[in-house]
Amino acid sequence: MILRLAVGLLSVALLGALTWAVRSLPVAPVGLTSESLARLHESGVLNPVTAVLLNYRGYDTLLEIAVLLLAIVGVWSLQRGDSPGGDLPERPLLAALLRLLLPVMVLAAGYLLWIGAFAPGGAFQGGALLGGALVLAFLGGRAGGFLRRHRWLRLGLVLGVVVFSAAGAAAKLLTGGLLQYPAGHGGAWILIIESAAMVSIALTLGLLYLGGRPEEKE
Amino acid sequence: MPHADPPIYLLAGAALFVIGFYSLLIQPHPLRRIMALNIMGSGVFLVFIALANRTPGPVADPVPHAMVLTGIVVSVCATGLALALTNRFGEVLDEKAPPAESPASGKTPPEAAENHR
Repeated sequence: MILRLAVGLLSVALLGALTWAVRSLPVAPVGLTSESLARLHESGVLNPVTAVLLNYRGYDTLLEIAVLLLAIVGVWSLQRGDSPGGDLPERPLLAALLRLLLPVMVLAAGYLLWIGAFAPGGAFQGGALLGGALVLAFLGGRAGGFLRRHRWLRLGLVLGVVVFSAAGAAAKLLTGGLLQYPAGHGGAWILIIESAAMVSIALTLGLLYLGGRPEEKE
Repeated sequence: MPHADPPIYLLAGAALFVIGFYSLLIQPHPLRRIMALNIMGSGVFLVFIALANRTPGPVADPVPHAMVLTGIVVSVCATGLALALTNRFGEVLDEKAPPAESPASGKTPPEAAENHR
């Protein structure tokens, strides 16, 4: 009880400090909007957030995809994952729902990937949706064959980092700057990188759900 | 959109952070602590987005938006790894738990069982 009181007082003090920090912010901050929009036409995409993620701050996104790989390596090195559920014959409603939902989710993920150049969307949004579809497939017991293809799984998991790093190296050879896309072709380069990243993100998020290595019965 | 006075979203983000912080320190169960960390993360993201909205002009600042996207992905990965670690930690404690009739460690088996399950 005394611990709760002490931590409660500490939390109230923290809230007070954060409120003071919020209050002392400048009333009209400048931000980076004008700089981001000024060279948007050269970046290869029309959406400023995608331009920041994959062009202006592309190196951060490369490291973020490496963090995804690191997380799945950590989880796989800990333990074996659960086998996904297999009681599908007793759940006809779930089976029907999966038959309808999974193709639509894959299509929507591809749409999100494509529209990311023009509107809110991109590799991460599409990858998250595709990862959710993978989790649904696990829950419905529809992913057994998918999990047995270990080499394809591992290839898909590293594809994002490999393609992004290769693009960075190729850009360095072509234009002299790491991840500096050739002028006029930024859109194509970003699309290729985003497609590979979407595959990796979807596989990583879906396989994180299993909590470990899939069974190896090859 | 002009930002309101009081800055409601910034304060809500700060409140979420503090609620998560309190739960992180008080809750004994590791699963609840992971959830508390996620709530703290949500509070930080809300503060970022509220800050991005304060800039003048019709388009919000895209750089904090990109940072939040990165942060969400990293926090999901961290949560996945933390959950796998909690699971493994629980398995290791199960293997190492002393037998129930041990007189010297009378408090340890129920405490260990409560803390990791």
